[in-house]
Amino acid sequence: MKESNEMTLTVPAIGVNEAFVRGAVAAFAVQLDPTVEEINDIKTAVSEAVTNCIVHGYEGKGSGDITVKCSAGGGRLHIAVSDAGVGIPDVARAREMFYTTKPEQERSGMGFAIMETFMDALEVESAAGSGTIVKMEKRIKGKADKAD
Amino acid sequence: MIFLLFPLYSLIIRHRFFVILFYVRIESKVLNQTLYIGLNGELDEHAAEYTRAGLDGLMTAGSVQRVVIDLSGLSFMDSTGVGVLIGRFKKLKARNIPLFLANPTSGADKVLTMSGIYQIMPKI
Repeated sequence: MKESNEMTLTVPAIGVNEAFVRGAVAAFAVQLDPTVEEINDIKTAVSEAVTNCIVHGYEGKGSGDITVKCSAGGGRLHIAVSDAGVGIPDVARAREMFYTTKPEQERSGMGFAIMETFMDALEVESAAGSGTIVKMEKRIKGKADKAD
Repeated sequence: MIFLLFPLYSLIIRHRFFVILFYVRIESKVLNQTLYIGLNGELDEHAAEYTRAGLDGLMTAGSVQRVVIDLSGLSFMDSTGVGVLIGRFKKLKARNIPLFLANPTSGADKVLTMSGIYQIMPKI
């Protein structure tokens, strides 16, 4: 069995933490020896997930935390970004490309589509009032197949 | 020493403007009726408001025939950047001023290509 490593990070859902969280996850991913493109993909996907928590997660509910759990092993990076906020009433709709509830704020509605495209797997667990967990997996090229 | 640093720290925490400045720096010049704008740093949700205001300020000052935004200095951009650019495109389109994008970094280019944005603001 291959050794794996884990990290858990909890920060307030405020904008100034976006760069910090994606940077921390990227630094954690380095142990898998990813390419520059893979690191960029990971940072972008994490940034989208964290942005969702900040913009939508606690809307009308005040403030709260974002928890990011990562594990690395077997050439794979697993990331779970969660909040304890208002939840997403219709996950399938939210995942549609260009769908946004805030067009007046110049939102592109691409967040979930980017996570899905830039990562190898995406799972969203949410319901109204019960928070949201976004789980992503990135297989590091050339490492995932021969590691297990 | 801590008494000297505390006022600066509390200023930064209370006025995120200073923190935002750290993430995106905007440069500009006008040449041959063309407004050239350079974005530098990391364009995400946190930096979006400052970037929108900065770009709008430049684009409404004076009269130009076209606008070129150079993205070579953007070390990071997510979908928030797409929203910022489309917002500026709409405002310029209302004045019949075309907007072009130049030299995106590979990460920004991947997001922009996926969005289809080059169909309305060509990459030059």
